[in-house]
Amino acid sequence: MAEERRQKQCSVVLPTESMKAMAESVGVGQLQEESCVALSEEVSYRIKEIAQDALKFMHHGKRRKLTTSDIDNALKLKNVEPLYGFQSQEFIPFRFASGGGRELHFYEEKEVDLSDIINTPLPRVPLDVSLKAHWLSIEGVQPAIPENPPPAPKEQQKTESTEPLKLVKPGQEEESTIQGKNQGATAADGKGKEKGLMRLKPRSTHELSVEQQLYYKEITEACVGSCEAKRAEALQSIATDPGLYQMLPRFSTFISEGVRVNVVQNNLALLIYLMRMVKALMDNPTLYLEKYLHELIPAVVTCIVSKQLCLRPDVDNHWALRDFAARLMAQSCKTFSTTTNNIQSRITKTFTKSWLDDKTQWTTRYGCIAGLSELGPDVIKTLILPRLAVEGARIKAVMEGPVVSNIDKIGADHVQSLLLKHCASVIAKTRPLPDNVEQYRTDYGYLGPMLCSHVVKARTQAALQAQQVNRTTLTITQPRPTLSVSQSGLSGSGGPRTPSIIKVPSSLTLMSPRPGTPSQPSPPATKYIVMATSAGAASTQQVITLSSSQSASPVTSTVPSATSTLQPLVKLESSAGPGLTGSRPLQKYIVVSLPSSASSSLESKSSVLPTPITSTSLEAGMKMDRSESPGASTQSPH
Amino acid sequence: MAAVQGGLIDTEEEKDIKTEPANDGCGNNNNNNTANDGRLLNASPGSISSGGSNKPATGALEDQQTLLAVLQFLKKNNLSESVEILRREAGLSEDTEDSKGLDSSGAGSGGAAGNVDSESGDANSLLSRVSVSSSAVSASAVQAPSKAGAGEDQPDVNVVLSAYSQQGDPALYDVYYSSLKKFIESVLDCHRAELSQVFYPLFVHMYLELVYNNHENEAKAFFEKFSGDQECYYEDDLRVLSGMTKKEHMRGNETLLDFRTSKFVLRISRDSYQLLKRHLQERQNNQIWNIIQEHLYIDIFDGMPRSKSQIDAMSGSLAGEAKREANKAKVFYGLLKEPEIEVPLDDEDEEAENEEGKPKKKKPKKDSMGSKSKKQDPNAPSQNRIPLPELKDSDKLDKIMYMKEATKRIRLGPDTLPSICFYSFLNAYQGLTAVDVTDDSSLIAGGFADSTVRVWSVTPKKLRKVKSAADLSLIDKESDDVLERIMDEKTASESKILYGHSGPVYGISFSPDRNYLLSSSEDGTVRLWSLQTFTCLVGYKGHNYPVWDTQFSPYGYYFVSGGHDRVARLWATDHYQPLRMFSGHLADITCTRFHPNSNYVATGSSDRTIRLWDVLNGNCVRIFTGHKGPIHALAFSPNGKFLASGATDGRVLLWDIGHGLMIGELKGHTDTIYSLKFSRDGEILASGSMDNTVRLWDAMKAFDDLETDDFTAATGHIHLPENSQELLLGTYMSKSTPVVHLHFTRRNLLLAAGAYNP
Repeated sequence: MAEERRQKQCSVVLPTESMKAMAESVGVGQLQEESCVALSEEVSYRIKEIAQDALKFMHHGKRRKLTTSDIDNALKLKNVEPLYGFQSQEFIPFRFASGGGRELHFYEEKEVDLSDIINTPLPRVPLDVSLKAHWLSIEGVQPAIPENPPPAPKEQQKTESTEPLKLVKPGQEEESTIQGKNQGATAADGKGKEKGLMRLKPRSTHELSVEQQLYYKEITEACVGSCEAKRAEALQSIATDPGLYQMLPRFSTFISEGVRVNVVQNNLALLIYLMRMVKALMDNPTLYLEKYLHELIPAVVTCIVSKQLCLRPDVDNHWALRDFAARLMAQSCKTFSTTTNNIQSRITKTFTKSWLDDKTQWTTRYGCIAGLSELGPDVIKTLILPRLAVEGARIKAVMEGPVVSNIDKIGADHVQSLLLKHCASVIAKTRPLPDNVEQYRTDYGYLGPMLCSHVVKARTQAALQAQQVNRTTLTITQPRPTLSVSQSGLSGSGGPRTPSIIKVPSSLTLMSPRPGTPSQPSPPATKYIVMATSAGAASTQQVITLSSSQSASPVTSTVPSATSTLQPLVKLESSAGPGLTGSRPLQKYIVVSLPSSASSSLESKSSVLPTPITSTSLEAGMKMDRSESPGASTQSPH
Repeated sequence: MAAVQGGLIDTEEEKDIKTEPANDGCGNNNNNNTANDGRLLNASPGSISSGGSNKPATGALEDQQTLLAVLQFLKKNNLSESVEILRREAGLSEDTEDSKGLDSSGAGSGGAAGNVDSESGDANSLLSRVSVSSSAVSASAVQAPSKAGAGEDQPDVNVVLSAYSQQGDPALYDVYYSSLKKFIESVLDCHRAELSQVFYPLFVHMYLELVYNNHENEAKAFFEKFSGDQECYYEDDLRVLSGMTKKEHMRGNETLLDFRTSKFVLRISRDSYQLLKRHLQERQNNQIWNIIQEHLYIDIFDGMPRSKSQIDAMSGSLAGEAKREANKAKVFYGLLKEPEIEVPLDDEDEEAENEEGKPKKKKPKKDSMGSKSKKQDPNAPSQNRIPLPELKDSDKLDKIMYMKEATKRIRLGPDTLPSICFYSFLNAYQGLTAVDVTDDSSLIAGGFADSTVRVWSVTPKKLRKVKSAADLSLIDKESDDVLERIMDEKTASESKILYGHSGPVYGISFSPDRNYLLSSSEDGTVRLWSLQTFTCLVGYKGHNYPVWDTQFSPYGYYFVSGGHDRVARLWATDHYQPLRMFSGHLADITCTRFHPNSNYVATGSSDRTIRLWDVLNGNCVRIFTGHKGPIHALAFSPNGKFLASGATDGRVLLWDIGHGLMIGELKGHTDTIYSLKFSRDGEILASGSMDNTVRLWDAMKAFDDLETDDFTAATGHIHLPENSQELLLGTYMSKSTPVVHLHFTRRNLLLAAGAYNP
C-alpha cells in the first residue's frame, strides 16, 4: 500500500499553471492548454532525469542533502549548460506567494545595493581544513571523551526505560559485547531459550571507574559546598557533560537523600542547591531521567509543599524555592508524563487534595497552588479558577480578621499574589471583555477587584507583547541564549525576548535568598530589574572578556564584598511571574552598574554584577555557546 | 618501472596466444577472449590479425569485425573522441560484451545442453532445445542492432526499440498479466517463489511495449495497477520507468536501453519452468510467451526449486541474476609468492615462527596458506602471469619495515578488538569526497568537492618538496645523504594542497611506494601527482564522464579507474591510454578494487552487480548479484579468497571468489556503506557508513561457518544463516561524522576518517 502510494507520487507532473507562469516570465502570453500539458509532461520527465543523475553526485559526494552543485553537475552530464551563479545557503531557497487566485513558488532575488557591499567589513576568512585525531575505541571500548557521542544516546535510554523488554539494539559497545558474548555462550550450550531470558533483562553496569568516582565526589561536593563559583561549574558540568549516564543512579539517590535530610533540618540553602542539581540533570540533553523519577519527584514535591523549609519562615524566602521546584515539577510532567505512568494526573491529584484540605498550612497551600498553576493554563482554568472565591474568603479571613500570627499573614499575602499572578493571565485570555469590577466581585469574591485590575494590566501587556513579539521575530538573528542575555543586559533596555532568556531568572530567583544573609522578604517575585547606568554598547566581545575575567577567580573573592556593597544598588522586583514557557508578559533585565571610567567599565561590571549567579550564569551561557556551536569560532567535534 | 613498460604489452600479446590452449582446457570461450583482446588491446595491429584469424566465421561476428576494424583505425589515429562516439552509438561496449556473454552462453549452453542431455537423457531434449534456441535467437537479436548501427549512422536505440513494435491489443495486456498472476498465485508454494521472479521483467517489458506503441493511458493504468506488486528492491528502477510515459522519452534513455539490450536472467528449476510453459501454451498466451522468449534468459537447473529467501538473496540487480556459466571460469585467487628478502634479525623477532609467518600478509586460512611460505599456492596465478614492476631498493627497504612491523602486529579476534583512531576532517565545508591512507599509515590524503586534493603527514615528519632544478645541480651527488639534501627544508609543512582538477575529486589512491598519488574527478580525468614535487605529472583522459573511483595496483605501476561511462579502464602509469577496458556493467561503475595478487580487478556498479575482471585478457570472470542498491565499497580479504561489498542498502555481502558464491550477509548499518576493510590478518572486517558508525564483524567466523558445510557449488543455492548479530563484534558511533575511509595499520590499529558535519 505504502509502496503504491509512493509510486503515485513518482508520477507527479508539474501543474500546467506553472507552465503558464514560466511562459509569461519569458514573454509568451497566451499558451494553449494542450501545449501546456505537453510541455509540463516533457519538463517533468526531464527534471526527473536530472534529479536522478544529481542523486548520483550526492551519493558520491558522501552527503545526504542534494545541493545546487549536484544539479549543475547533472546538467553538465547531459551536456546542458549549468545554471551559473545559482548558489544558495539554504537548501530550499524558494518563497511562496499567492495572489489573484494563483499560487506561486519563486526564487527571491533581492536587489543589492553595491555601496552596502562595499561598506560592509570583510567577513572572517573561513578556517582551513584541518585534521584531528581521537580515539573512537580503545580495544573495543569507546572512551567517554567529548569527541565521542554519549555512550547511551537519549533515545536508547528512553526505549530502555519505557520498553524494558525490548531487546537493546546491538551497538552500544559495552552492553552489546556483553550481550553478544552471553548470547554466544548460551547459544553454544543451552540453545535459544536462555537467550530469550537474557533478552528480558538488559544488563547495565553499575561499577564506576576510578575517574568517575572522583568526578562524582568532586561534583557533589561542589554542588552543596560553599563556593559559588565551583557550584556553578559543577552544575554546568552536570547540565552539559555527555558521559553522566553511568552516574545517574548515584546522583538521583544523592538528591533524594539530601532532600530528606535537609527538609528535616530546615536547611533552605542546601535544598536550593539540590533543586538546582535536578534542574541541571534535566537540562542535560544526553540524559533521560525516566528511570529515576521515583526518587526525584518525591524530592521535588517535598520542596514545593513542605510545611517548613527554613528556620525562619517569616524572614527567609522559601517561596522562591517553592516556585522553582514547581517549575521543575511542571517541566518533568511535560517531559515524562505518559499514559502509562500518569505522572501529571497523579501530581495534580496530590496537589489538589492537600489544597482542598482546610487544615493545610499557608506554606503548603502556596506550594500546591504554585505546583498546579505551573502545569499550565488549562489546569488553572479547571482547578484553580473555580476555587478562587473560596480561597479569597480564606485570605480575607486572615488579612482582615483578627491578627492570628504574622506567619499566617505573610503566607496569605503570598498566596494572594500568587493567585492573582497566575489567574490574571488566564482570565485575560478566556474571559470576554469588558472587565467589570462588580462582575468580578460576584464571580471571584474577595479577590475579584484585585483580579480585575490585574486582568486589565495583563491585557494591555499582552497587546504590548504582541507588538514586541512581532518585532523580535523580525530582528532576532542569533537565537543563542548567551548573546541575547548579554545584549539585553548590556544594552540597558528590555532587549529582544527570546525564550532562552527565561532560564536566567530562575537562577536569579534562587540566588536572591542567599543563605546567611537575611535579606528583606522580597515580594514573591520573579521579575528582576537590574539597572545599569553605564551601559556600554552591546557586543559579544564584551561578554567574552567579561566571562573570562569571571573564570579567573576574582568572582570568589569579590562576591561577598560585592553583595554587601551592592545590596542597596540592586533592586529586585517582581510583577508578572515567569512561566516555564515563553508566554510571560513584561520581563525586563536591566543591569545597573557602578559608574566607572569607560575603560575599566568591564572590570567594574564583572565585580558589580549583582549576584554571582548572574555572572556565572552568563559564563555558563558562554560555555554552552562555545560547546554548542563549534562552528561559531572553530569547528570541533565537541 | 621503465623496465616493465615495454614488457607489458609485448608479453601480453604473446601470452594471449600462448595461454589459449590453457584456456581451452578450462572454458570454451576462448574465441571471445581473443576477440575481446583484439578490440581492447589498442596500438597493436598485430593482435587484430591474430584475433581475427581465430574468429569463427559466423556472419554476425564478421560484421562486428568490420566495426572493430573501424574502431581500431580511429584509435590508431588518436581519434579517441570518435572512438567513444562510435562505440557508444553502436552500443558496442554493451553489445559486444553482451554478445560475448551470449556467445559464451550460446557455446556454453551448447555444452551445457550436451551435459544436460547426457545427464537426464532424451526425455529432456526438448527443453534443452528450448534453451539453445532461445540463446541463439538472442545472439542474433542483439547483434542485429550492432550491425545496423555500424552500417547506418543511426542511433542504436531505434533499432533496439523497434523490437517492441509488435502489436498486441493494448487492452489485453492487463488481462494477460493478471491471468499469469492468477496462475502463479495458484501454483504450489514451492514453485510460486520461483515463478514470481517472472513478474518484474514481464511487467517492465509489457509496460515498455505499451509506451512504445503510444498507448500512453493504457501504460499508465497498467503501471498503476501492477507496480505495487513488484519487489521493493526494484523501486528505484520503477521510479525511472514511471517517469517514462511517451515514446519520445525512450530515445536516449540509458536505463531503458539496458533493459532492452541485456536479457534479464532468471534462474528457475526445471519443474517450475515446465509448469509455466505448459500454462502459457495451454492458454495460447503468446504475448507473454514472446516476451519470455525474446527478452528473458531463463537459466534452468535441475533439482529443488529455490525458496523465496534464496531467491531474494540473489536477485535485485538491474539485469537479474548472473548466469551460472558466467561464474564458471577459474580464478587464480591465491597470492603471489613474496620475493625473498633477507630480514635482518633484530632482537625483537625472537620467535622463529614469526619470521616464517611474516612473509605474507596473512596467517591465511589453514589449507591454502599453511604451506605458503616457500611453496607456490596452487590457486595462485603464475608469478609472471602479468608483468609486474621489479622491486627497487627502496621497495625492499619498505618490505623489511613491513615485516618488522608485522611482528608487532596484534592478533585480533572477538576477544581482542582493535583500537580505532578516528581522523576527523574539520572545517571541511566544501565537502570531503574521498580519503586514502598509505599502507604504512604515514600520509593521509583527502579529495574535496572544491576540486582540491590535500595531503597530510600524520607523523612528525613534515612534507617537503624537492628543490628546484637550479638548486639540485649544486648538490654533491656522491654524498651519502643525497636523498636528504635534495629536499627543500623551506617547504616543510604538515599538509600540501594539490590543485589541478576542475570538478569534485571522487577517488583517490596512494601508490604503494608512496611516491605518487592518483585522483579521479568529475572532470573526467584521472591525475597522477608526484609526492616528491607535489605537482601533477599526468592527466589521464579517456573517461569523458565523471570518474567515480580509481585505485593503484598493490604492486604499483598499474591502476584501474571506473566511472559514469560504465567502463572500467586499466592503465599503466607510463601510458596515456588505457591498456584494458572492462565493459559490461549496465550502469555507472562506482568503485574499483585490485585483487591482492594484482591479476584481477573487482568493480562495483550502480546496476547492483559486482564484476571481477581478469587483467590478463580483460574477461569478466565473475558476476555477483544480490545487492539491492548501488555498490559503494569493496574489499578483498588479505588472502585473496573472499570479497566483501557494501551498498546503499546498508548491507555487507561476502563472496567466495573461487566458487563464485555469496557466503554471507551482514546486516546492521542503516545507511550507505562507504568503506570496508579487512584487518591485516583477515580476522576482522571493519565497515564504515554514512550512518556515522564503524562496525566490526567477525570475518573468521563468517567464513568458517561456510567452509564447514559442503558448498552446493553446482547449483549455487545458498542458505544464508541469519547470524549478523552474532558476527557483529562492535559498533562505534562517531559524532555526526560519516565514515568515508577505513585503514588497518601494519600493526592492526584501525584508522577511520571522515568529515565532521556540525
